[in-house]
Amino acid sequence: MIDFVVHDEGDSVGVVVVEGVKAGDKISGWIMDQDKEVEFTAASDIPIGHKLAIKPMNVGDTVIKYGVDIGKVVADIGKGEHAHVHNIKTKRW
Amino acid sequence: MSRDLSNTTFLGYRRENGRVGVRNHVIILPVDDLSNAACEAVANNIKGTMALPHPYGRLQFGEDLDLHFRTLIGTGGNPNVAAVVVIGIENGWTKRVVDGIAATGKPVTGFGIEQHGDHETIMKASQVAREYTQWASELHREEAPLRDLWISTKCGESDTTSGCGANPTVGNAFDKMYPHGTTLLFGETSEITGGEHLVAERCRNDEVRERFMFMFNRYQDMINRYKTSDLSESQPTKGNIEGGLTTIEEKALGNIQKIGKKCIVDGVLDKAEAPTGPGLWFMDSSSAAAEMVTLAAAAGYVVHFFPTGQGNIIGNPIIPVIKICANPRTVRTMNEHVDLDVSGLLRKEMTPDEAGDALLGTMLRTVNGRLTAAEALGHREFVLTRLYESA
Repeated sequence: MIDFVVHDEGDSVGVVVVEGVKAGDKISGWIMDQDKEVEFTAASDIPIGHKLAIKPMNVGDTVIKYGVDIGKVVADIGKGEHAHVHNIKTKRW
Repeated sequence: MSRDLSNTTFLGYRRENGRVGVRNHVIILPVDDLSNAACEAVANNIKGTMALPHPYGRLQFGEDLDLHFRTLIGTGGNPNVAAVVVIGIENGWTKRVVDGIAATGKPVTGFGIEQHGDHETIMKASQVAREYTQWASELHREEAPLRDLWISTKCGESDTTSGCGANPTVGNAFDKMYPHGTTLLFGETSEITGGEHLVAERCRNDEVRERFMFMFNRYQDMINRYKTSDLSESQPTKGNIEGGLTTIEEKALGNIQKIGKKCIVDGVLDKAEAPTGPGLWFMDSSSAAAEMVTLAAAAGYVVHFFPTGQGNIIGNPIIPVIKICANPRTVRTMNEHVDLDVSGLLRKEMTPDEAGDALLGTMLRTVNGRLTAAEALGHREFVLTRLYESA
């Protein structure tokens, strides 16, 4: 059972692909590019399609997904926490 | 084992100019907003015809007017259209649209309403529309090689499952069709933001790269001129954010999965401009679904791949729009809109190669005549792109 996917092992976030992930749940991840599996603990309730931090990030850090810069951290994010518009913003526009 | 496309053919309508269509529409095309009522009346009178109402066409000027004519002429000229009745408020601009469509060699007749009124116009246009639809009903599909197919793509109401499921499925299918001389299209200029360097790297040569970056920067300048925020809730959309996409960069990196890993960007088009040869083309275009698909149809594309995450329900009046979805919740809650479910990709129950093959299978059934979900549901969003205010 795959609960979340990560595009590349260098990424700082993964994507939850099942419904109903709750804080404290043990979840299984699939790193797609390297075809590896990882075990994890969710630190927030995370809706399907939303991201979780797979490493801790601090304000000003760059968020990496697909191995590429997808924006900046604007509020600290703990490992396993929900990563979205409340703690990440675009560097463009 | 991926699908071998080397001898693949499909059944289409070969038009007067040699292009092959996959639908056989007779359309009643208004030049302007004022002529919508007459067009809808004709389409109501004559079964098997379709009116394409829209809100524009008066007092436009310059590049915006050029785009208006290019879009209407391209729509009428699309090989999915057998014949066209054009109605405008006056004869001059009506004739301009008629002459543009007539260059393809297909039957087209125009009517100006002034000096005649709606009644007489509707009566005369209905007579021609009846002749056209009866004539078109006797045209037959014939076998055509895959290289005669022009396929466009654009995604909508994307979420994170688009980037890891539905969009790579399109990319896989594009990579497989590209070597067979098909004519492919992607666009959505603002939605490349954050991945523009990756598209630039894929361009055929410096000339194409410079043209791509010119279009990209032109769109960025427009956004910077008018923006009042970082565009959050517009780009990414409120639906994108609900689906888990956070920034434009994240959305863009998912978006460009649609051009696969091998295709080369062979050329760059302005809005509604037709490509001049096979290969993968980038079109400068809006990222709003109906605007982009309308522009692709006007450029001559005959079938469209539309990946969605949260469930964009768009269709187009003249080209079939095939929906691909990898979000299991959307597949469950909006099943009637989904042509191909690739949610198995995210559970490792399906490989990208299998998903790409499944899409090619769905595409071949669709171009051979099977109606898409959007066609069956009556989605006919025809939306013209405007560049600025009318005079």
